Amino acid sequence: MRKLLKYLTHYKLDSVLAPLFKLLEACFELFVPIVVASIIDDGVTGGRGVSYIVYACLILVALGVIGLVAAVTAQFFAARAAVGFSKELRHDLFKNIQSLSFSQIDGVGTAKMITRMTSDVNQIQSGVNLVLRLFMRSPFIVFGAMIMAFVIDVYAGTVFAVAIAALCVVVFGIMLASIPLYRRTQGDLDSVTVTTRETLTGARVLRAFCKEEDEIAEFNTRNERLKKSQLFVGGISALMNPLTYAIINVAIIVLLYTGALRVEGGVLTQGLVIALYNYMSQILVELIKLANLIITVTKSFACAGRVAEILDMTPSLKSVEPQKSSENSHFIEFKGVSVNYGDAAVNALDDISFTAEKGQTIGIIGGTGAGKTTLINTIPHFYDVCAGEILIGGENVAAMGDERLRSACGVVPQHAVLFEGTIRDNLLWGKGDATDKELLEALETAQAKDVIAAKSGGLDERVEQGGKNFSGGQRQRLTIARALVRKPEILILDDSASALDYATDARLRKSLKNLDYNPTVFIVSQRTSSIKSADKIIVLDGGKMVGIGTHDELMKSCDIYREIHYSQYAKEGA
Amino acid sequence: MAIPRKRIVKRILRQLKDYKFSVAATIFFALVTVAGTLAVPIFFGRVIDLIVVGGIDFKAIFKEFTIIGVLIAITCLSQWLMGIVNNRITYNVVRDIRRQAFEKLQTLPLKFIDGHPYGDVVGRVIADVDQFADGLLMGFTQTFTGVLTIVGTLVIMLVINWIIALVVFFITPLSLFVAKFIASRTYSMFKKASETRGEQTAFIDEMIGNLKVVQAFGREDENLEKFDEINSRLTKASLKSIFFSSLVNPSTRFINAMVYAAVALSGAIMLALKTPLPVAFSVGLLNSLLAYANQYTKPFNEISGVVTELQNAVACAGRIYEIIDETPEKPDDPDAKSLQNVEGEVAFDSVYFSYTADKKLIENLNLKVEAGKRIAIVGPTGCGKTTLINLLMRFYDPLSGKISVDGNPIDRVTRKSLRSNYGMVLQDTWLKSGTVRENILMGKPDASEEEMIEAAKAAHAHNFIMQMAGGYDAVIAEDGGNLSQGQKQLLCITRIMLSLPPMLILDEATSSIDTRTEKRIQDAFAKLMEGRTSFIVAHRLSTIKEADLILVMRDGNIVEQGTHDELLKLDGFYANLYNSQFAV
Repeated sequence: MRKLLKYLTHYKLDSVLAPLFKLLEACFELFVPIVVASIIDDGVTGGRGVSYIVYACLILVALGVIGLVAAVTAQFFAARAAVGFSKELRHDLFKNIQSLSFSQIDGVGTAKMITRMTSDVNQIQSGVNLVLRLFMRSPFIVFGAMIMAFVIDVYAGTVFAVAIAALCVVVFGIMLASIPLYRRTQGDLDSVTVTTRETLTGARVLRAFCKEEDEIAEFNTRNERLKKSQLFVGGISALMNPLTYAIINVAIIVLLYTGALRVEGGVLTQGLVIALYNYMSQILVELIKLANLIITVTKSFACAGRVAEILDMTPSLKSVEPQKSSENSHFIEFKGVSVNYGDAAVNALDDISFTAEKGQTIGIIGGTGAGKTTLINTIPHFYDVCAGEILIGGENVAAMGDERLRSACGVVPQHAVLFEGTIRDNLLWGKGDATDKELLEALETAQAKDVIAAKSGGLDERVEQGGKNFSGGQRQRLTIARALVRKPEILILDDSASALDYATDARLRKSLKNLDYNPTVFIVSQRTSSIKSADKIIVLDGGKMVGIGTHDELMKSCDIYREIHYSQYAKEGA
Repeated sequence: MAIPRKRIVKRILRQLKDYKFSVAATIFFALVTVAGTLAVPIFFGRVIDLIVVGGIDFKAIFKEFTIIGVLIAITCLSQWLMGIVNNRITYNVVRDIRRQAFEKLQTLPLKFIDGHPYGDVVGRVIADVDQFADGLLMGFTQTFTGVLTIVGTLVIMLVINWIIALVVFFITPLSLFVAKFIASRTYSMFKKASETRGEQTAFIDEMIGNLKVVQAFGREDENLEKFDEINSRLTKASLKSIFFSSLVNPSTRFINAMVYAAVALSGAIMLALKTPLPVAFSVGLLNSLLAYANQYTKPFNEISGVVTELQNAVACAGRIYEIIDETPEKPDDPDAKSLQNVEGEVAFDSVYFSYTADKKLIENLNLKVEAGKRIAIVGPTGCGKTTLINLLMRFYDPLSGKISVDGNPIDRVTRKSLRSNYGMVLQDTWLKSGTVRENILMGKPDASEEEMIEAAKAAHAHNFIMQMAGGYDAVIAEDGGNLSQGQKQLLCITRIMLSLPPMLILDEATSSIDTRTEKRIQDAFAKLMEGRTSFIVAHRLSTIKEADLILVMRDGNIVEQGTHDELLKLDGFYANLYNSQFAV
C-alpha cells in the first residue's frame, strides 16, 4: 500500500481535508454526552429549570447541524481523492503493462493482468475511500472518549484504557489472521476467472470434444474451493462483532460498579456516570466501524500488494549506449546473434550472422521451433539478444530507441488479430494520419480490396472484438494492409499468408515486390514457393543457421532446404 | 434486454429458496441477538437508578449485573452464529449463481459467444457476482437485525414512556424519506458506473490480450489515450455514485442527533417539572431511552447504507441474470437418437445460411459425400469454407434445408454424438491451460499411456513434448502461451490421432507446421483418413490433389466440383487458381 500512496499526491489537499472534516464532526459528537450530563445534573437534579434544558437541547441541535455539514464536506473530498487515486493508479498500471517485454507478458499471463487492473483496483479504491473517511474519525472518537473519561474520573479512565487495549488485541488479532487468507481467496478467484475465460475462448474446441460437462465439473471444483476459502476467512471475521460487543458490555459493568462506589464516595454525580456510560457506547459504534474498515483495508492491502507486483515490473529490455559504427555499408546486419529465453539450456537462436540491403526480400524457412519467429522478433527489439548485435543502418537496435525503431518496421504477426472498431480504425494503427487513398493503396497491395468491397460499410465496416466477423484469410490480409499503411522500411511477415490460397499469396508477393518505397521484406514461411524468389533465403534448424543463399544455390548446397522443398513439390517434379 | 428491478429482486429471493432453513436460522438468531441487545440497556438503566447519593444497594446492583452477564453471553453467541449462517447463505448463493451462469455458457449458441466481448462476459461472471455477494452479505447481516431493532426499540420505548416514544415515532418518517430519496437517486448512477466499468474491462481485455501486436505497432500511446478517456468517464461516474451514496450516513446521523435531542428535551422536561406524570419515569429510564434513541436510529443508518449497497448488488445481479436468461441453443430433440457406427455419408440438401439477415452467404447448397471419401474445400479466402465447418459441427444451424449424416438429419441426433463423430483440427489452435496430457486426452480420457505416446509419435509431437520440462506433465499456460503456433497445432493433431473419430474436419490443420514435419505427418494422416470421411480446407496442392472430391467455393456457393484432373480439364476457376501458383 505504501508504494501506491504516491497516487494520492495530486489529491493531497483532498486527502488532508477529508479526515480533517471528519475529525471536526467527531469533536462535536464528543461534546454530546457532556451536554446530556449537564441536562441531568443541572437541569433535572440541579433544578435550573426548563429554560436551561431547552437551551442545552438547542446546543445538541447545533452540534448536529455542524456535524452534518462537516461530514458531507468530508465525504466529498474522500470520494474525490479515492476516485482520483484509482484513476491514476489504473493509468499507470495500464501504461506499465503496455511497456512490458514479450518475455514478461508470457510470464505473467493475460488473465492475471486483467484482474489486477479491474477488481483489484476497485477493491483498493474502496479501501482508500473508507480509510480517508474513518481512519481518523474512529480512533479519534475512541481515544477522545477515553480522554474525556480520564477528565471525569481517573478510575473510569483506567477502565476505558483496559477495554480499549482488549479491543485492539481482538481487532488486530483477527485482522492479522485474515490477511493471508484473503490473499488465498483471491488466488482461488483467479482460477475461477481462468476457467470462465477459457470456456469462451475455446468454445469451439471444447464443444467439438463434447467437453461441456468436464468444463462444468472443473468449474464446480474451483468454484467450490473458492467458496470454502471464503467461508473460512468469513468465519474468522465473524468473531469480530460478538467479541467486541462482549468486551464493551463487560467494561460497562465494571464502569458502573466503580461509578457506584465513587458516587457513594461523593466524587461523581449520577449525570457523570451516565456520561461515562454514553462514552462507552460511542466507542462500540466506532469500533464496529473501525473493524469493518479494517476488513476492507485488509482486502485492499492484499490487492495492493498484487497490484504493486505488476507496477514494480520494469520492462526487461535493455538498451545500450549508441556507438558510432565507422564504416557500414549494409542496411541490416546480424553479427553473431544469439537469443536465450530466460535460462533455457539451449539457445533459441545461436550465432546468426547475415546482411540484408534495402529493397531486398529475405526468406526465412525452417522447422517448427527452428527459431524463425525469434529471429524476426529481434529486429524490432522485442527480445534482447544475449550475444552479438543487430545493426540497422549501422546502429545497434538496442541503442536506437524502441519507438523510432519500431515505427520503421511493419510487423504482421503469425496470429492475425484485429481490434474492435472499424476497418479504418484498424488500418490507422499503421499510421495515425493516413489518408483514405493511402489506406486503399495498402489494401490493394495486401490483396484485401475485395474484403472491403464485400462489406457494405467499406472502410467503415464494423470489426468485432478479435475480428471475429472476418474469416482467417480476410484477417490476415487486413493485418498485412495494416502493416503496409505506414510504408515501413522493414516489413516483417511472420507466416502471415498461411491462410491465403496460392493465387492470392502469389499476387501479394508480386505487389510487395513492386512497392515504390523499397522496403526490406522478411518473409517467414513454411512454403518454399513463398520465398523461392527471395534475394536471400535463411534456413534455420534448431536455432542455428544451416544455409543461406538463393533458391537455386540452396537447392544445390543445403540438404535441409532440399528436403523441405521436395516435401512440397515432389509430385510436381520440380 | 435489461430486466426490471422488481423481477431481479424476485429472482434473488427465489435463489434463496434452497437455503430456507439457513434463512430461518438467521432470522431466529437475529431475533435473539436483537432481543439481547435491547434488553441490556434496561438493566443498565436499573443499575443507574440504584446509583443515588447515600446508601447504594450493592446487593441489588450485583443481581442486575448477573442478569446482564447472562444476556451478554447469549447475545454474543447468537451474533456469532448469525454471522456464520449469513456467510454460508451468501457464499453458497454466489456459488450457485456462478455455476448457473457457467452452465448456461456451455449451452449458449456459438452466435452468442462470437458476438459478445469475452471481457464483458467474464466481468459479469466474476466482478459483478462479487459485488452482488458484498451486497447480499450486507443485506443479510444488517437488514434483519436492523428492522428487528427498530420495531423492538419502538415497542420498548412505548412501554417505558409512550409520550417520548411518540416524539421519536413522528421523527422516524423523516429518516426513511431521506434514505429513500438518496437511494432512488443513486441507482441510476451506480448503473452508469457499472456500465462504464464493463466498457473499460472489455477494452483492457482486448488490448492487454493482444499486447504483442499493440507493441509492434507502437500503439501504446494511442491506447493509453483511449484508456484515459474511458477512465475519465469512469472516474466521473464513480465519483457521482460514491459521493451521493455516501450522503446517506451523515444525513441519517443528523436525524439521529435530532431524535436524541428530542428525547433528551422531552425526558428532561418531564423530570424537571416534577408534576405527577401519566407514566412512571426516572433518570435511569431516561438514560435507557437515550441509549435506545441511539440504537433506534443506528439501524436506519445501516439499512440505508445497505440500501445503496443493495442497489448496486441488484444492478450487478441484473447483469448476470441477463446471461443466465439468454436463450440457449435449441436443445436436442427429446427423441433425438445417438449417432452410432457412423459410416460417414454426409449430405447437404438445399441449405441456406447467413450470419446476419442482411447479408446472404450460403444459398441453396446441395452436396452428397459418400462415406470414406476425402473432400478438399478450396476457394478464395472468405468464400464460406469456415462456415461450412460451422454447419457440419452444428455450431450454427442452417436457416433452412437439412444436413444429414448416414441419412440422419443432424438436427434429429444428439449434438454430442454428432460432434464426437468428428475429429476437428482448426487453424486457430486452442489449448486449455493444464498439462500436455490433459490436452491430448481431451478426446479420449480413458486412453492408456502407451496409446497416448503412440498418438503423439504419429503426430510428431512426442519429441518436442519430451523436450519440455515435465514431458507429458508439462504445464501449458493459458492459451498455450509458451508454445509456438506449430507446436500447438501438433498437439491438436495428437488429440485427433488419439480419439480416432469416424469423420474428420481439418481446417488448414497443418498450416503452421513446417513442411518437413508435415510430410511425415502426411503419411500418418493418410492412414488416419483411410475409410474416414474427411473435410479438408487446404491451400496446399499436394493435399488437394489427393482428394477424392474437390469442392471449389466462391461467395458461399460451390462453383465447381470434381477431381483434380477433371477440374483442370474444365479450365475454369480452379484451373485458374492452380496455375497461378507458378506465376510469381
